[in-house]
Amino acid sequence: MIQARDLSVEIGAHDILRGIDLALPPGRITGLVGESGSGKSMAALAIMGLLPQGMRASGRVDLDGQNLLDLPERALCRIRGRRIGMIFQEPMTALNPLMTIGDQVAEVLRIHQGLDRRAALDHARDRLDRVGLTTPRFPLTLYPHQLSGGQRQRVAIALAIALRPDLLIADEPTTALDVTTQARILDLLRGLVRDEGMALLLITHDLAVVAGIADQVAVMQRGAIVEQGPTEQVFRQQRHAYTRALFAASTHQPRLVLPSTEPRPLLQVTGAVREYPLPRRGLTGRRESLRAVDGVSFRIDAGESVGLVGESGCGKSTLTRAILSLDPLQGGGIRFEGQDIRAGRTMPRALRARMQAVFQDPFGSFDPRWRVERLLAEPFHLTGRPRDWREQVAEALFEVDIPGDALHRHIHEFSGGQRQRIAIARALIIKPRLIVLDEAVSALDVRVRAQVLDLLAQLRRSHGLAYLFISHDLSVVRQITDRVMIMQKGRIVESGPTHAVLDRPQHPYTQSLLAAAPRIPAEWQAPAQADKTAATPAPS
Amino acid sequence: MLRYVIRRLISLGLSLLLASALIFSVVELVPGDPASFMLGTGAQPETLAALRQQMGLDLPLPLRYLHWLGGVATGDLGHSFTYKTPVAGMILDRMQVSLPLALLALVLAAAVALPIGMFAAARRGRAGDTAVMATVQIGIALPNFWFAMLLVLLFAVNLRWLPAGGFPGWDHPAAALKSLLLPAAALALPQAAILARVLRSALVDTLGQDYIRTARAKGLSAGQALRRHALRNALIPVLTILGMQFSFLLAGAIIIENVFYLPGLGRLIFQAITQRDLIVVQGAVLVLVAAVILVTFLVDLSYALADPRLRA
Repeated sequence: MIQARDLSVEIGAHDILRGIDLALPPGRITGLVGESGSGKSMAALAIMGLLPQGMRASGRVDLDGQNLLDLPERALCRIRGRRIGMIFQEPMTALNPLMTIGDQVAEVLRIHQGLDRRAALDHARDRLDRVGLTTPRFPLTLYPHQLSGGQRQRVAIALAIALRPDLLIADEPTTALDVTTQARILDLLRGLVRDEGMALLLITHDLAVVAGIADQVAVMQRGAIVEQGPTEQVFRQQRHAYTRALFAASTHQPRLVLPSTEPRPLLQVTGAVREYPLPRRGLTGRRESLRAVDGVSFRIDAGESVGLVGESGCGKSTLTRAILSLDPLQGGGIRFEGQDIRAGRTMPRALRARMQAVFQDPFGSFDPRWRVERLLAEPFHLTGRPRDWREQVAEALFEVDIPGDALHRHIHEFSGGQRQRIAIARALIIKPRLIVLDEAVSALDVRVRAQVLDLLAQLRRSHGLAYLFISHDLSVVRQITDRVMIMQKGRIVESGPTHAVLDRPQHPYTQSLLAAAPRIPAEWQAPAQADKTAATPAPS
Repeated sequence: MLRYVIRRLISLGLSLLLASALIFSVVELVPGDPASFMLGTGAQPETLAALRQQMGLDLPLPLRYLHWLGGVATGDLGHSFTYKTPVAGMILDRMQVSLPLALLALVLAAAVALPIGMFAAARRGRAGDTAVMATVQIGIALPNFWFAMLLVLLFAVNLRWLPAGGFPGWDHPAAALKSLLLPAAALALPQAAILARVLRSALVDTLGQDYIRTARAKGLSAGQALRRHALRNALIPVLTILGMQFSFLLAGAIIIENVFYLPGLGRLIFQAITQRDLIVVQGAVLVLVAAVILVTFLVDLSYALADPRLRA
């Protein structure tokens, strides 16, 4: 059994981990939950002996009575991959793009057991079969770029368990995956723990994932474990205030906004088709094309919040780009406020000013060299800069609850949640009618996400905004939208009032999405926070 | 892969054609034509007209271009105004010096840069890295002719191991190689320094990638992860620089050629320009441009060999 005792990590005078105790018994799954920056990943890296340069660990990590923290690097190399395996969040980049998957799995066997390439590859075949990548569909000679995200994560698991380690550490292994893929990967991990008797340390920010799989759970906050115990007990009792805050945020319901009584169409999409040319097959083959959006029609009324849900590759981002008029359509049309969005060669400025967007990545969507004031004033180039632009910028910041001294700071000085608020302020500044929110809260922690969702609901009330809310996360869509559309393979397969669709799904695809979504059993939740939502009418 | 090669080949052919047209027209734009150059300013108009007809200079421009292109295709680049010898032969003679010199310099540069870049990247941010990269900075800053003179002083004058200059020809391979060694070293110094910097920063980039963390989690040591996983991934920018350096070394060695009295391409072009021997300039430039385009093609092919994602 691997056990961390009083494990601390510091960088300079700054504490990152503060004396955590964690027992990881064989055949059991331990969930480690907490928000970003709470130290979950650092705990894993400290156990692996792979802390970033400059960090120092103290305390004990015991394996067979040995303290791993005392071992020299050479001895640690013999333990990593053999006794402790690890997989990471981002399967798209976790594998060497220039090496075949067979060689990458075989490498573990070659360096630890000194097998020759042929014997190691035989063994790798067996391990890849175990994680569900069987012949003949998945030969050893494939390269990572020929696999999907879920399949790559399976390769990463195969090489982590190649030597049947005592402990497998999985750091957010399904966060980057779709719900149905997530469910399959979690099933695989559960099966591996059962069959091979290894311990699994599952690090995640998602309480629902932990509820479905972990035997015991530890909650981390600011480098310390604030509560731990058997999963059901922790979920039912929620003894620590932080645990309660996390739970409340994960099921948080912003105040509902009722759509106005006289619907007025704002955005109308009719028979939209978007095609991409595919590379020619052979030298003379016909050039075929991929239909990413296949005859999609829908409308959004003024002041309405509509969700667009689907897995990666379903065409929702392509559709979004077309709505924002970043790409042309090959068929059908899009009208916004009654005008064709591509009346000219590009979207008319006046029209673009009334449709703004907020994207997923709060880090990449700002110019790092500009100050917030300039960032926020940028959309004025669509409308002409008004005389009182400084007041308007300050007002927009005030509306999203960012202190006024932010105006003269750079974007790197803000947290992810603050950046997303600033992105919303930037969208608001020219008073649009529709905001397209493309996975706008997906990168945020639950508590920050709850605050941003509240903000969005409030802005919708005060400005009569309409939202097109694109997400892969059904629970967020449930919290913020009136209507939802489910998209699969370029088509909308089901749509209707959000609660009706999510509570009584008709289409098999919607049903499979809902079945795959992890959820906290209803009876585990404290009754106090069941339903505190109130409905207020939207301003007309 | 086949499609990739064919597409590169097509673009290679187009580049060559475009470059040839450009080179041809630039020489056409320069006032005066080859015939008046050959006969000098005092020539009789009738003699000039006769020569122009003989040389085909009275034909319309596109036709002359096609004639010239046909000549180029059969290895005929015309005759030098000054020496009255075939330009192709002159360039070929000089290539026997310049091509091996460039290759040797490039091999030396790569052989020096590889361990330095790997060493610095493995110790990134630490004293070893800083010290090595500071030294490398000096290598970039040093003028190579000055370094060449130091090399001559040490290896030719004091130690008498290698000749101080001249080229005996490839009839004596050992002696020829020896005489190329010092100039190649002088040429290689700044290139090695640039290459080491590029390799280091490419390696530092790849060492921060997720798959290096995966490799470490597998149990590879930091050094193993660097050699087995980072190096090949860092090679693409290095290949790009290598290709550019080769093209530069082929014709850019003029100062070093002068220091070592080497009959290389750089000196030929320099002489031809001072003598206004345009036909030689034209031929030499054409050969150089073709070499650059060809090297770029080879670099593109090596990308595909290095990276399976490009082969699809």
